[in-house]
Amino acid sequence: MRTGSMQGSRRLFTVLTYFFLIAGSVLMVFPFLWMILTSLKSLGESMQIPPTFFPAVYYFNNFKDALTSLPFGALYINTGIMVFFRVICAIVFSSMAGYAFAKLRFKGKNVLFTLVLIQMMMPSQIFVIPQYEMLAKVGLTESHFALIFPGLVSAFGTFFLRQAYMGIPSEIGEAAYLDGCNQWQTFYKVMLPLTGTSIAALTIFTAVFAYADLMWPLVVNTDINMMTLSSGLATLKGQFMTNYPVLMAGSLFAMVPMLILYLIFQRQFIEGIALTGGK
Amino acid sequence: MSKQKTMVAKQEQRWAWLMVAPTIIGLLVLNYYPLIQTFLLSFSKTKTFGAVEFNGIQNYIDMFQMPEFWKATWNTILFCILTVPVGIALALLVAILLNAKVRFKGGFRAIYFLPMVCAPAAIAMVWRWMFNGEYGIINSILGVNINWLTNPSTAILACAIVAIWSSIGYDAVLLLSGLQNISKSYYEAAHLDGAGPIRQFFSITLPMISPTLFVTLIMRMMASLKVYDLIYMMIDQSNPVIPNVQSLMYLFYREAFVAGNKGFASAIVIWTILLIGIVTVVQFIGQKKWVNYDV
Repeated sequence: MRTGSMQGSRRLFTVLTYFFLIAGSVLMVFPFLWMILTSLKSLGESMQIPPTFFPAVYYFNNFKDALTSLPFGALYINTGIMVFFRVICAIVFSSMAGYAFAKLRFKGKNVLFTLVLIQMMMPSQIFVIPQYEMLAKVGLTESHFALIFPGLVSAFGTFFLRQAYMGIPSEIGEAAYLDGCNQWQTFYKVMLPLTGTSIAALTIFTAVFAYADLMWPLVVNTDINMMTLSSGLATLKGQFMTNYPVLMAGSLFAMVPMLILYLIFQRQFIEGIALTGGK
Repeated sequence: MSKQKTMVAKQEQRWAWLMVAPTIIGLLVLNYYPLIQTFLLSFSKTKTFGAVEFNGIQNYIDMFQMPEFWKATWNTILFCILTVPVGIALALLVAILLNAKVRFKGGFRAIYFLPMVCAPAAIAMVWRWMFNGEYGIINSILGVNINWLTNPSTAILACAIVAIWSSIGYDAVLLLSGLQNISKSYYEAAHLDGAGPIRQFFSITLPMISPTLFVTLIMRMMASLKVYDLIYMMIDQSNPVIPNVQSLMYLFYREAFVAGNKGFASAIVIWTILLIGIVTVVQFIGQKKWVNYDV
């Protein structure tokens, strides 16, 4: 009798688990679905009351309108350049520094590492005005370099890769050193290849946050041809105040590149973010 | 021998300095110099042509006398209160459900994580449309007629809902990795002792997950105290509801880059950092009461 009721309550739990997971999934997916459906409706249909769910007439001009009102080609390139160089800088410089902090002995190590830790705790807004003024002073606003600028080095990346190197036994490096590798070769040929998972995680972390960044691109590049997808979208919002079908089409254009990458590297994305988590 | 050893140590040191140099120089130029500049700017007045002049604590006096500033501080705290507890609780629920034996676990996880890979700018756009007072789908579904984004009492709630929706997946993934570290044997033992699922949650799951929960909580609080992009995209600068939703960082942006009061804006940033610092310290003191490290 008792086991019977236990089994019953377990089955109830399973049903409830699926119920909540599926209901939650619907809530998570619905806004995306609504974005797609709205982008396929004419302006008139989008403002019908009550709203139609599927478009009565599939209307593709919204995509054309979004493409003609924003230079999406340039936005893709600018965003791509910004993400690419921020990722490269984060990997190269953070690997070097992370390795030195984890495995090498040198004077000033603790003080310098404290600099890294303190920066990690600071919100980026505290740097924005002076960073902008530095660029403005040398006439480098409205450029690709300006988009990359705050991401030239990464305190978080340095900390994160230091942790990765800490996890590698020092004996491996010492053996390479005894085999005749110099310090650089030991790092580059032996130790660096062992941090692949962490580098992948850092890549994803850096790319996702650079892509989402809004304030910096908005401040530093006001020329529409120099904007990123995020800041461009903010401009589109100003142009098409209430023409939501066009805004939805533009949002879809802005989301597509990262969504495609996510569909392909879904596991790496989630596990990478879980690994870098806590930042 | 010992001479050779010091040679080696010296060489190691030289390599180390070379390897940390780009990062350290970068941090000094990109972060530490700006940090000092922002601090100094907060005690200065911005004049025409970008010149600045020291004016003591005038910016802070002005700030503390500005009702809009206090309102923004309250909005920021309110946003934090509205988003963090509910968001974390829902994320924990999702994590626990995903940790159960379910099919399509990977698929569910991917769906909940989806907002993380979409720029907040794009996400805000569709939510603005769904919250639209005249044609929005949310009003149609709920059968109500609320001007979510132009009504002073609902605008911040709408922003909070979007923030929670955006962050659940990310937080759930972090919490899930914590849950997966809990040994199954605890649950088996509890099961043999006749403890039901609710009891198991409070005596096993919650204490065991508390360190991860604490990290997630701290991170989420810091992020919500710095909120800017979401509100910027949800609420237009011309929307009269602005004073009732703008966060400190939104006010900062408007003062620094729209109004051009860089000194005053710097004072707002310093204040925000103090606020984040205080909240974080309180959290770290409070954690002793509920976070369980001796596992």
